[in-house]
Formats: sequence, structure tokens, C-alpha cells
Amino acid sequence: MNIDSTPTAEPIARLIQEFNELPGIGPKSAQRLTYHVLRAPADKADALADAIKAVKEKLSLCSLCLNITDSQPCAICRDEERDHTTICVVEEPIDILSLERTRKYKGLYHVLHGVIAPADGIGPDELKIKDLLSRLNAGQVTEVILATNPNLEGEATAMYLQRLIAPLGIRLTRLARGLPYGGDLEYADDVTLSRALEGRQDM
Amino acid sequence: MTAPRVYQTEAIIIKRTKLGEADRILTLCTPALGKLKAVAKGTRRPQSKLGGHVELLTHSLLMLARGRNLDIITQAQTIDDFLPLKDNLERVSRGLYISELVDSFTAERMEDRRLFNLLLDTLHQLSQAEDGELVLRYFELHLLERLGYRPRLQQCASCGSSLQPAANYFSSSQGGALCHDCAYQEPIARPLSLNALKVLRLWQDSDYATASRVRMKPELSSELEQVLREYIKYLLERQLKSTAWLDKLRQESQQANS
Ligand SMILES: [Zn+2]
Ligand SMILES: [Zn+2]
Repeated sequence: MNIDSTPTAEPIARLIQEFNELPGIGPKSAQRLTYHVLRAPADKADALADAIKAVKEKLSLCSLCLNITDSQPCAICRDEERDHTTICVVEEPIDILSLERTRKYKGLYHVLHGVIAPADGIGPDELKIKDLLSRLNAGQVTEVILATNPNLEGEATAMYLQRLIAPLGIRLTRLARGLPYGGDLEYADDVTLSRALEGRQDM
Repeated sequence: MTAPRVYQTEAIIIKRTKLGEADRILTLCTPALGKLKAVAKGTRRPQSKLGGHVELLTHSLLMLARGRNLDIITQAQTIDDFLPLKDNLERVSRGLYISELVDSFTAERMEDRRLFNLLLDTLHQLSQAEDGELVLRYFELHLLERLGYRPRLQQCASCGSSLQPAANYFSSSQGGALCHDCAYQEPIARPLSLNALKVLRLWQDSDYATASRVRMKPELSSELEQVLREYIKYLLERQLKSTAWLDKLRQESQQANS
């Protein structure tokens, strides 16, 4: 079907336009998606519309850990089975998914929503650092695990947090930085290798 | 003669931005090709072979393949990782500041070997120096010189008369020191102490080893920082973003020590 020559009903044109604005979707894909929706059963189309609406209407940031949640506080912060004396600090909500997949960690989280990136104008005030400090000042937490990424900004952010947290007398740990599983010693850079040596463990 | 499809260059990584799922676009400072942007594929995955070899503020030997748009980094080997710089928050922040300076002031693909060497030397100095602020001022002054903005400090930048050995003025728009008479007609000129003038003159015409012997009181150090910061802001027509972070770090460490 050539939509350029046939007059397109306004709702169709509108949906094509909306799809076209999504990342990675060109005009051709936008047309294909639109006609897919058009042909789909009504309940399928409703489900899609509801899912999109729910993302915007029902999700917010957890008042405690600032993870994305549909309840206040989030399921992790509410869970009495978890260890409420340990907080793992991560850059983004998606990092929580990775850590949860391991099923090894039973404490709580705190999402910074970014890292210190001076040249992008992102400093501590742009991150959820004040929220972290007020959680720590509440007194229940005995260990903070810094799980920012092992790259320059992640390390700088960890060093900065260390300055702020050290005076509180709370145990502070950093995720071990070393060789990636499936990686090859030959290709490891010196920084990774020296960190891996520092973090070596008895067998 | 056509350019070869693959080529090798030394580079200092001065900026990186995310591209798609796992790639990055790196901004490189190189000796023969000037500043250039290149793609590093898969570097956000832990198993990436490029990994730390293409981390910010790293001096590496890179192999690149010409791409349709941006060239693509195919191999990387670290020459210097500047670990002592990266392990200290003040030092690494200063390193990021000079990277932003170089990125802001240079155009792509303009060969400048001396600028590359200045950047490399400065990263080494920042890794060791006790007075990191001095390293930054020396770098700013010599970067400006490389770019053709050498401040005029021997005579008045406006009328050319010799400057009195007393407090004078500095004008960003005139690009140098001003005598009293000229300063009255230049509303944005700022006072410049005699000590600041002397130190700027010395740094301008000496190598780093000589320049680094200067011992500054905090007031003088802060005056020189303000003079050069205003001048840079005037030339770029904007404030560099990382200055806010440098200011915050310093303010917080002063509070912690008081
Ligand atoms: Zn929560
Ligand atoms: Zn004059």
C-alpha cells in the first residue's frame, strides 16, 4: 500500500507520526507498526495502549531507594526478609536488575541516577546523593556497598561518596574490580590487572 | 594516492559519549591528526578487548579503520594509564578540566604536535605535582599561546606604553595587561596585582621545571585563576562546565579542614 498517493485517515497518519518519533523507528517501520495495530484484535490494541499509559501514570521513583516502582515504597524496600542495614549504591535502575539476577545480594539499594561527569555539567547536586545521606543519617544502616561502574566517572563518584560517608563511621565497601569472566588476560589493560591483583583472594 | 584503510596513531582520550547499546564515541587528541572522533565498539561490555585501553585520560596506541562516517578503533594498547591521577579525586577532576579545555578550543583534524605534547606533559605533571593549581595555570597559559591568544604582558595591551611596577589591570577583550589610563576606558578591565603580573610573565616564557618553582599564597593563586578563567570565558563566550565541579570540591575540602 502506498500511503503517499492514497489519502490517509487522520488517526492512521497520527499513529504513524507517533511511531516515527520513537528511537530507531524510521518512516517505513512506523507504517508497518501502524498497520499491524490496525489489523490486530481490539483487545490487543487496548493492552498496548494501557501498557503505555501505565508506564507514565503508575510508575514513580521509590521515596527511599529512588528505584522505579509502581508502589510506595518499592517492593525491595518493603521486603522485611531483606537486610535493611546494608545499602548498595548503583548508578541506574537497570543495575538493580543485574544485581538481583545474581540472587546473592539481600540488602537494599540506592539509585544515584547518574555519575559525576563534570564536562557534562553533572555534579553531586544533579544526583540523588542528598537522599542517600539522609537515609544513612537515619542510623539503621551499617554497611554501604559502592557499585558504581568501574570506569573513570564511576570511580570518581565512588571517591567522592567515600569522602561524604567516611565521617559517618559506616562500613564502606566497593565491588571488587578485576578480570571479567570470559575475558582474556592477554587483553586486560594494566588498570584492570592491577585492581585484580589488589583484590586477589585466598583459595 | 589514496589514504590507507587502516592506520595507527598515539592518542589521549579526552571525551567519550555513549552510542547505542554498548558502543562509545571517543574524542581523541593525537599528534599528527589533531583532535578526532572515533567509534569504540562494545567497550561498555566487560569482556571488551578495548576496555581500559580506551578509558578517559589514557594515553594509548590505537589502530583505526576508516569508516563511512567516523573511523573505528580496531585495536588499542595502553602506553600510560595515569593511574596516580585516576586514584585521586582532585587530580582526576583537574585532568577532566584540561580535557574539556582542549576539546572546547580545538577544531577537528588540525595537526598540532606541540599541543598534544603539552597535554601529555600536563597529565604527567598532574599525576605528581603538589600544587595542582599551578599545573592548571601553566597549562592554560601555554594552551592559549598555542592557539594564538598569548596574553600581552610586557607592555600595555592597548596603548603599548610600559607598565609601571605597581598594580595594573587585565582586560580579556584586549587580551592582556592594561595601564591605568587605558583601564579607565575599559569598563570590564579587572585589577591585576604586581605579583600576579610577574608570575604570569615568568610562566609565559619559562619551561615547566622553572615555572613550578613558584610558591604562591592562596590569594595570589586564586587571583591568577580568576584572571585566566575570565579570559578563557571571554574567548569561548561561555563558562567551561567542569569549573563548577572544581570549585565545589575545593570549597568542600576547605570546609572539612576548617
Ligand atoms: Zn525502594
Ligand atoms: Zn595603556
